[in-house]
Amino acid sequence: MRSLDVKEITKAVAHLSIETNRYLSPDMEQAFQKAKKQEPWPLARDTLDKIEENIQAAQDMGLAICQDTGMACVFLEIGQDVHLTGGSLQDAVNEGVRQGYTQGYLRKSVVADPIRRGNTGDNTPAVLYMDIVPGNRVKVSVAPKGFGSENMSRIAMLKPAQGQQGVEDFIFETAKLAGPNPCPPMVLGVGIGGTFERCALLAKKALLRSVDSSNSDPFYGKMEQRLLERINELGTGPAGYGGKTTALAVLIETFPTHIAGLPVAVNVSCHVTRHGSVEL
Amino acid sequence: MEYRLQTPLTKDKLKGLHAGDQVLISGEIYTARDAAHGRLKELLEAGKSLPIDLENLTVYYAGPTPAPPGTPVGSIGPTTAGRMDAYTPALLEQGMTAMIGKGARSPEVMEAIRRSGAVYFGCIGGAGALAARCIEKSELVAWEDLGSEAIRKLTVRNFPVTVLACGDENLYELGKSNYLASLRSQAESKA
Repeated sequence: MRSLDVKEITKAVAHLSIETNRYLSPDMEQAFQKAKKQEPWPLARDTLDKIEENIQAAQDMGLAICQDTGMACVFLEIGQDVHLTGGSLQDAVNEGVRQGYTQGYLRKSVVADPIRRGNTGDNTPAVLYMDIVPGNRVKVSVAPKGFGSENMSRIAMLKPAQGQQGVEDFIFETAKLAGPNPCPPMVLGVGIGGTFERCALLAKKALLRSVDSSNSDPFYGKMEQRLLERINELGTGPAGYGGKTTALAVLIETFPTHIAGLPVAVNVSCHVTRHGSVEL
Repeated sequence: MEYRLQTPLTKDKLKGLHAGDQVLISGEIYTARDAAHGRLKELLEAGKSLPIDLENLTVYYAGPTPAPPGTPVGSIGPTTAGRMDAYTPALLEQGMTAMIGKGARSPEVMEAIRRSGAVYFGCIGGAGALAARCIEKSELVAWEDLGSEAIRKLTVRNFPVTVLACGDENLYELGKSNYLASLRSQAESKA
């Protein structure tokens, strides 16, 4: 049994909160390069240039790329041979968010109550998900999620008879309805199957994937590609000003489901899709 | 077309702008987003005075990150303007002339823009550091308890915006249809 002090998890969460908000991951930067080469519309290329200029400016100025530094979605994969010591794991994660968002000059965007509101002042609590996995390591992933795009996300409990076409149409329709609001070019995290809540979680977890990856099942890998091409015929374009580059990636994750069901969830994300991980 | 405009953005100065025009704004603009709009509405309905003068006001729908030491402001891109739609017609009636944000507006707001001669400007959502480069000064005006949602007066120089909506024009519709039309005419010329 390996022991790990939860202070290490606090440090990792704080560090990742700052890093992911200031520096875009290489997969996203490469996706911009690729999109620019394929973008035929001059205004859209110009907008993509400005988006890249902003990424550089944020680095130079030591600022967050986007002012919406999000709700901190934290994913822990905890090896079953790890003994966590030194206090509550949940408190340790929230302390990491508190430190990262304070020390990194990140925006505090969390209200304590959904209806009565009231800012918590330190961006806590984190939205925390934990999985127990084999081994003696702990993988910490942080994905700050902005709400301009989160608000355009949708879930549907389709009928099995609606099948593949129904699923693809729902994903496409979600991208169309989102229009200019989610700060395109978007990244779409898609969950198909499971139960109501598992489906939504799959969609969120899909956004942790590298945007140049494809689903390991070729059936879904092709679906991702087909949907990306279809969405990039909408014409919404970068910032919604028109153009080809409406989405950078469609990332699908699936889970077995019930004989009576076909849930599909689309978690819409923006051109500042942030994710970072460390292993402890 | 490209223009340079100095605040206050009176309707005279805004006349003649078209969707898609690039404008560099200099002068004073005010941040307000969800919570501040809620409070402005309450004050208006109660007939009380507001902490800002709405006459010829340019509002920026934005909530910045905290300013690192020695800088006026943190990252400060636009937020989704549609969330302010319920409040906007009343503010336009009270003399507000310009809004800066991103995203689609409701039919009611589009109609209020057409009727009032106000302009809805946009800057690129998510481009918070680029926006920060154009801000020289940030002063708290009201409601510090709202944190990033407080009303702040920003002194900006050559703040780059694009006309999203004015009169009957809407860049989100025009930009998309112009691009799609270019694809069709390309396909036709190949055929």
